[in-house]
Amino acid sequence: MRDKILFTLATVCAVILTWNIHTIFAEVPDELNQGAIFRIIYFHVPANILALSGFGIGMICSIIYLFTKNMRYDSIAEGVTEVSLVFATIGLITGSIWGRIIWGVWWAWDVRLTSFLVCWLIFAGYLMLRRAIEEPIQRARLSAVVSVFGTVDAYIVWKSIEWYRNQHPGPVLSIRNGGGMAPGMEAPLYWNLLALFLLSVILVMVRMRQESFAREIDSLRREAHSF
Amino acid sequence: MGFFHHVWTITHKDLRSELRTKEALNASLAFSMVILVLFSFAFDPSAEQIKEFSGGLLWMVYSFAGALALNRSFAREVHNDCLDALIASPIPPAALFLRKMFANFALLFAVELVSLPVFGLFYGVPWTGQIGWLLVVLVLGTWALSVIGTLFSALTINLRLRELMLPTLVYPMMIPALMACMTLTSDLLQGIPVTGENYTWIRLLVIFDVIFTALSIVFIDTVLIG
Repeated sequence: MRDKILFTLATVCAVILTWNIHTIFAEVPDELNQGAIFRIIYFHVPANILALSGFGIGMICSIIYLFTKNMRYDSIAEGVTEVSLVFATIGLITGSIWGRIIWGVWWAWDVRLTSFLVCWLIFAGYLMLRRAIEEPIQRARLSAVVSVFGTVDAYIVWKSIEWYRNQHPGPVLSIRNGGGMAPGMEAPLYWNLLALFLLSVILVMVRMRQESFAREIDSLRREAHSF
Repeated sequence: MGFFHHVWTITHKDLRSELRTKEALNASLAFSMVILVLFSFAFDPSAEQIKEFSGGLLWMVYSFAGALALNRSFAREVHNDCLDALIASPIPPAALFLRKMFANFALLFAVELVSLPVFGLFYGVPWTGQIGWLLVVLVLGTWALSVIGTLFSALTINLRLRELMLPTLVYPMMIPALMACMTLTSDLLQGIPVTGENYTWIRLLVIFDVIFTALSIVFIDTVLIG
């Protein structure tokens, strides 16, 4: 049953993504000031939205784990954080490429870039911590604490760097009162957000399946050793 | 009353055992001196430049030296199963955390109080101009470092890569507090009074301290006992 859901989602995602890529590269015209490079926004913005919301969801699952001690929530937290870190990396790389073309530099110590990098470092630390602990229950417990601390800290980082220099473009989406994009250009962005969201759900599901197999193998191994 | 009595008893025990061996204290002090000296070779700064760098340099020294001391904080309890005995004793885990935190705070603060005049001496920076505010920043920043450091020291105690994991987790978490401390210290050493934007940094430090002290006290049970 779960496999069927996974394959259906993957098919839907592939169709939307292919259609999006066609729209983005063949139908949407070049932007007036930025030229062709502006198309990076269709991947940059959705990847970053998914990364940030993923870290938040990871924290919620971690808190639920601490209350219920149900290992399922721990593996959701891990899967979501891993996938979010991948999206955060995509966000950083696409942003860097865009910055090289528009600002002339690969990196600027700007509010959003810096806070995002700090987020990345915090959650990379979270995943490293998970690798360093072998005992599953201890791992779940300690990494849940780090996830809560990390998310709270990420929020403080976000607020604190706001007083610093700001070079990053302001919000352009109409839902954030940006209103900086033509409707024809804005729609593909939401479609791509949907496609990447489906992709992240699929990745988290695959990751959780791996995790449950790993746990099963681990318990079988322990059982075998106990004889 | 009992809670604070527990906190004081074990803070006292920790400080006394540290003052007898001076392991962490000497290592952190020696380390901070080395960084201060290395910095002058690395950049050869002019008198004006050094005032601008001062906050950054001092807090890098404090946080690196801090990691050395914090690594030892819970690790010293592992031998002879002292940590298990402490956890089994009728002391609430929050008191256990606070006393470790106070001991680390005292240790780091001592290192800072020694290395600040040495820094002033080496680089010719007058540091006594706004000593009141400077002490406030030192106290708030050290509090942040001790809270985060002590919690993560407890968290990484049983890990294989303990020495590696602690700084990897602590430094990114410390970034907002360190940023505030560095900006404020640089401004204070340049003689800029604390007004307007700098108040916001002080507020940030206070908020950071309050939030993470509260979170640590809530989560220390989970970290130590589960």
